[in-house]
Amino acid sequence: MANREGSWAAYRTILRSRVRAQAGYRVSFATDLFATLFAGLAELTEVYVIFHNTPRLGGLDFTAALLVFALANLTFAAADLLVGHCDRLPTYIREGKLDVFYLRPLSLLGQLMTSEVSLRRLGRISVAVVVLAIALIRGGVQPTAATIGMLALAITFGTAIMAALFVAVAGLQFWLLDGREFANVFTYGGAYAAQQSSLVFPDPVRIFFTFVVPAAFTAYLPTLVILGLPGGDAASPSMAWWLPVAAAWVWGVALLAWGRGVRHYQGAGG
Amino acid sequence: MRADLRTYGLLARAGFRRQATYRLALAAGIVTNSVFGVIRASILMGAVAGAGATVAGYDERAMSSYAWWGQVLLGSVAVWGWSELADRVRTGDIAADFLRPVPPYLSYLAADLGRGALALLVRGAPMIVIGSLYSGMTFPAGPVEWVLGLVSIALAVAIAFLGHYLVNCIAFWIIEIRGILLAYGIVATLFAGLYVPVHWFPDWLRALAAATPFPSLIQTPIDILSGYAAGPGAARLVAIQVGWVLGLGIGAALTTAAGRRRLEVQGG
Repeated sequence: MANREGSWAAYRTILRSRVRAQAGYRVSFATDLFATLFAGLAELTEVYVIFHNTPRLGGLDFTAALLVFALANLTFAAADLLVGHCDRLPTYIREGKLDVFYLRPLSLLGQLMTSEVSLRRLGRISVAVVVLAIALIRGGVQPTAATIGMLALAITFGTAIMAALFVAVAGLQFWLLDGREFANVFTYGGAYAAQQSSLVFPDPVRIFFTFVVPAAFTAYLPTLVILGLPGGDAASPSMAWWLPVAAAWVWGVALLAWGRGVRHYQGAGG
Repeated sequence: MRADLRTYGLLARAGFRRQATYRLALAAGIVTNSVFGVIRASILMGAVAGAGATVAGYDERAMSSYAWWGQVLLGSVAVWGWSELADRVRTGDIAADFLRPVPPYLSYLAADLGRGALALLVRGAPMIVIGSLYSGMTFPAGPVEWVLGLVSIALAVAIAFLGHYLVNCIAFWIIEIRGILLAYGIVATLFAGLYVPVHWFPDWLRALAAATPFPSLIQTPIDILSGYAAGPGAARLVAIQVGWVLGLGIGAALTTAAGRRRLEVQGG
């Protein structure tokens, strides 16, 4: 590998080229942007429909559910924008694209992560940001050190957690190949679970999505702090301050999975 | 006529076998569908618990059943995404389809019914076992309702396919239809009742959904298979599905003919 500064410059060049590549096809890009925005709205409609029928779900009222929805969507979409293409690794392997990465003097993971930036996810992010603002206003949230700090923690480390799930799953893909759908349990399953109150789940599921796949840390636990809610069993507001630890845990697992996956890989025989 | 039916039978079998090759993919699908089933059942049951006793006639057990029947159908009824026809129009491969003695919508439909049958057996049936053990499911009251339920799955597969086929046909006129396909998939998923039952929708949204074929994809088969609708009510739902199959089928035939003329004008 060349010196550190040199590789950063290379990544910056790659990323710029990825952004320009999308800007080149304006209609296509606008279409994709609209589609992710529309998908975000459709999911929001589902939350609305549920609360049209019930005042509470898993101990949360509509406002709290909107905040959970917003944080879960924001962090997942941001991670998806940055590294979501990692779950296309099986395609890269089949097409021999990954073998090309091996030939370049940059880290394999770095190249995979920068091989694409899905700017179209900005559509979903914009829905999440608007819902976030609405939820904060409806909830009468005061801008104290605790609420602002927790919001910042949730957005940065929540995105880090979701991104780590994509990387962990990319590591697993070296073994899964045809079984790639299994990876969805961790990425899309984690994102789906993150959108809910932890209290709707039975204990084993809640423990899984809190301590194994720390989805609850991205939205539900921070919401308890921001809105001053009590939570419940194995879901107390104070846990939310452990967000950086949860992110470190899942990144540790992700890098381990990736490292073992890379060593396992024998090439596409191309 | 006999030879025709044989052709479609063989196409359906090919669709079935094409999917059966990917065993690891099937195993992964079962695990993934189970996890999503657990999440969905938790949400829907939690909503009923939050509301008190029942929501739109559903109690907790009915909601569990709703979520798991949805997982059963998910593999067969392709609510989301199919762009093969549009891709073939773009690449020109569609010309080969027109040379065949069977119209493309019927040959693709036959293959899709085969795919759906396999998915029901290998992806759907395990969900019945897992759902029953995990949080409970309800079933049709009698043999008539069972038959109606199975018929309604087949009709739902056909409606899902024909709907996608029609949207794909737009590719005869507009080359880039990815956005339209995406939007269609999003609306279909919402209005099919995959995540939240259509019966839970506020009146205005339910009226909107009822004007589309989408509730026939998931909501209708679930209503019949879970015993939510029975007797004449179930028969009426199937009749609506038959109406959509006929309407969309005629639409597919007319659009294919028009698209073919368009293609010939372009010299494709």
